[in-house]
Amino acid sequence: MSALSNHPVSRDQAKVMNRFEVTRRLIGLLRHDEAVVGGIGYTNFDLWAASALPGGGRRGPNFYMLGSMGLAVPIALGVALAQPGRRVFALEGDGSILMQLGSLATVAARGVRNLCIVIMDNGAYQITGGQETAAGQGADIAGIARASGLRQSAWAADEDAFAELAGRALTEDGPWLIGCRIDGGKPVDTTERDPARIRDQFMRGLGVR
Amino acid sequence: MAWHEIVRDVLKRHTVNLVTYVPDNVLRPLIDGVEADAFFTAFACTREEEALGIVAGAWMGGRRGILLMQTSGFATLPNAIASLAVPFQIPVVMMVSERGTLGEFNIGQSLVARTMRPVLDALAVEHHTMTRLDEAEFILDRSLVQAYATMAPVCFILSPLLTGGKVFAK
Repeated sequence: MSALSNHPVSRDQAKVMNRFEVTRRLIGLLRHDEAVVGGIGYTNFDLWAASALPGGGRRGPNFYMLGSMGLAVPIALGVALAQPGRRVFALEGDGSILMQLGSLATVAARGVRNLCIVIMDNGAYQITGGQETAAGQGADIAGIARASGLRQSAWAADEDAFAELAGRALTEDGPWLIGCRIDGGKPVDTTERDPARIRDQFMRGLGVR
Repeated sequence: MAWHEIVRDVLKRHTVNLVTYVPDNVLRPLIDGVEADAFFTAFACTREEEALGIVAGAWMGGRRGILLMQTSGFATLPNAIASLAVPFQIPVVMMVSERGTLGEFNIGQSLVARTMRPVLDALAVEHHTMTRLDEAEFILDRSLVQAYATMAPVCFILSPLLTGGKVFAK
């Protein structure tokens, strides 16, 4: 943990940021080849929005879930195990990861070096009407992750701290978990719901086909 | 050869080298076999849904995998099959050690077992109940070819007739 001592260990020390802004910062740090798996709901809507390319089109190696709540981390772990030379990011909401906390322990046990989990924590099930999650009532996901064996797990104090942590996840061995507290802002766009196309573009982006 | 040796060898032939599982007593010789073989990466997951997600992600990344579980674990999977494997056309390969029949002693197992085939049929997922040693290789070999060629999930149900099942011990 000493390597992360300049980053908050506790949720209440983190600044509340905006999900689209954080996602945009992450996408801006990536080159072209990192895989990004977006969990359901607004997490992947803003991934979709932030991945629009200036000249039209959209970033290739992104996967957008359309259900299977909670499986962003397992899917990303599968990609990471299939392609150990590629950096893989899982973007997941607090409500979603609370459904699959065991996956944090599995990631820790596998010790995958090329995986980074980013948690977008607004403390609410925003897309279903803003009901409070356990995170909104005090559960600290970065703390749960550390207790699950993910030693490189911290909250992003602010946008610049997020960029620093994400930058380290791009260059240093993982697994990583970055907690982001976010506000209740609406997503900027809506993901196209065409699963066969999403999967095909993801696989092409990964060089599998 | 024993059933689990046949399974291990057919998986190898089809380069299915990632094995995620939630353990089961009947599956133990297969789990032991793949864990002892450096060809495979095999590990336990905390839930069957998680094991399915890992296999799905791995296939999209170009690596073939299988998830192993028992009947009650399969019963936790309908949402993941219906919203991930089927619509995204991901050939998730599943193997279920069948409990709940032919001498079951746990009423919960016997009840949940009755949901398995109706769920597979409702989602039109190809499934085969394996009962005979002399058919095991054919079923596995042909079904793996089909799953990957048609990008469709498949489920192998290991009957107690094949494996001996779990025997009631007082």
